[in-house]
Amino acid sequence: MEEVKLLGFWSSPFVYRVKWALKHKDVKYEYLEEDLWNKKSDLLLRSNPVQKRVPVLLHDGKPIAESIVILEYIEEMWPHNPLLPQDPHERAMARYWMKFGEDKAPILLGFYLNFGEEQEKNVKEAKELLKILEKHGLGENKFFGGDEIGLVDFAFGWIACWLEVMEEAVGVKLSEAESLPRLHEWIENFKKVPLIKENTPDRDRMLSFYKQRREQRRESFISSRAS
Amino acid sequence: MEEKQSEVKLFGTWASGYCTRVVLALKAKGIPYRYIEEDLKNKSELFLRYNPVHKKVPLLLHNGRPVSESLIILEYIDEYWNHSPKILPDDPYKRAKVRFWADFYDRKLKEGTVAIMTSRGKEKEKAIEGFLELLKVFEEGIAKDFPEKLTFSNSQPLDFLDIIVGSSACNYEAYNEAVAVVVDPKRNPLFFQWMTALKECPLMKESLPPHDKLVAKMKSFQSRSV
Repeated sequence: MEEVKLLGFWSSPFVYRVKWALKHKDVKYEYLEEDLWNKKSDLLLRSNPVQKRVPVLLHDGKPIAESIVILEYIEEMWPHNPLLPQDPHERAMARYWMKFGEDKAPILLGFYLNFGEEQEKNVKEAKELLKILEKHGLGENKFFGGDEIGLVDFAFGWIACWLEVMEEAVGVKLSEAESLPRLHEWIENFKKVPLIKENTPDRDRMLSFYKQRREQRRESFISSRAS
Repeated sequence: MEEKQSEVKLFGTWASGYCTRVVLALKAKGIPYRYIEEDLKNKSELFLRYNPVHKKVPLLLHNGRPVSESLIILEYIDEYWNHSPKILPDDPYKRAKVRFWADFYDRKLKEGTVAIMTSRGKEKEKAIEGFLELLKVFEEGIAKDFPEKLTFSNSQPLDFLDIIVGSSACNYEAYNEAVAVVVDPKRNPLFFQWMTALKECPLMKESLPPHDKLVAKMKSFQSRSV
């Protein structure tokens, strides 16, 4: 019998990518919540000694770390209900946009992670990146995956379900519907997909969590400036 | 092996390890291609037409369809021309491991070598220290997940990790001379052993940039980035 475990954290969009993929493929798994700030489990530290972070997938005891790597693994192990195109060039394009999201994450999340001038710079650049994503990544498609959702949609799921909560927590708007109409259409379509609708963290809990984390970051920022 | 009618162009720059990766993969698979040296200060119209967003090398153009990002290009080459030698392993778990370590190498180590080149004094010392810690992590990880790398013989075909790592790390002598000694047999014996064996591979030998030219390029990059 195959045993699949997922080590995660309740608010992490990286963890949700993996949850969505497993559920899309009807793979039964055991979810284990990690107490990331207080005490990481021995299992996590043993399974991901290099990065010590979630998500980690354990398949028959064998650990796989890094959400995009896990997504590709799930797609290969359980090829039914495919989440990547068959054509090698289209697969390369899907991988390009997933990598784009990972590489640009520090800038895209800069509005939440940073303060002052650096935050302003990040916000300006992030708006440009979202325009590029909308024009070249999404194009005229309903989803990044085409007519149906795919791995790229899961990878950008944080823009659909997390971004506006974080914007509210910080008091900064990154993505206006008027300037990114196609992306906002995608957000609405993505959130309506039953798999996604039934599997996102509680909004109120997220809001108070991100507000709290933002304050903690602000305190660190101020004290690091003072020293 | 069926002959696939195809036209393959590779846009690259001679000093870029990322471009060498693609050259190695194409040669390893016996895929004929045309190489075009791009002047990054004066990008060609053809290059920009097929690469409007990314604007970086390497760019593979296959039957008029562009593929960017060296790791992605390698996976594309292995999937489209799926004859042997295979660049990635067949087993999904092993594939996950190579992808993990390739990503770690690029994000931590390759970035680290640039950080060393663009810093001075105390900052540079800190950057070197940080790099060496990460190299140890990488070395231990490879020793655990891919122990066969430590007894690499140059009669083996090159695989994903050999290509990713070797395309830049095999130039360690140039880097040691131009920038800082970061690969040495005492500190990282296993990594050093893998790279010295890899360097002797005929395919690697003919694809790496010439030592003196690379040293000059690295020195010039360093002095420009004060």
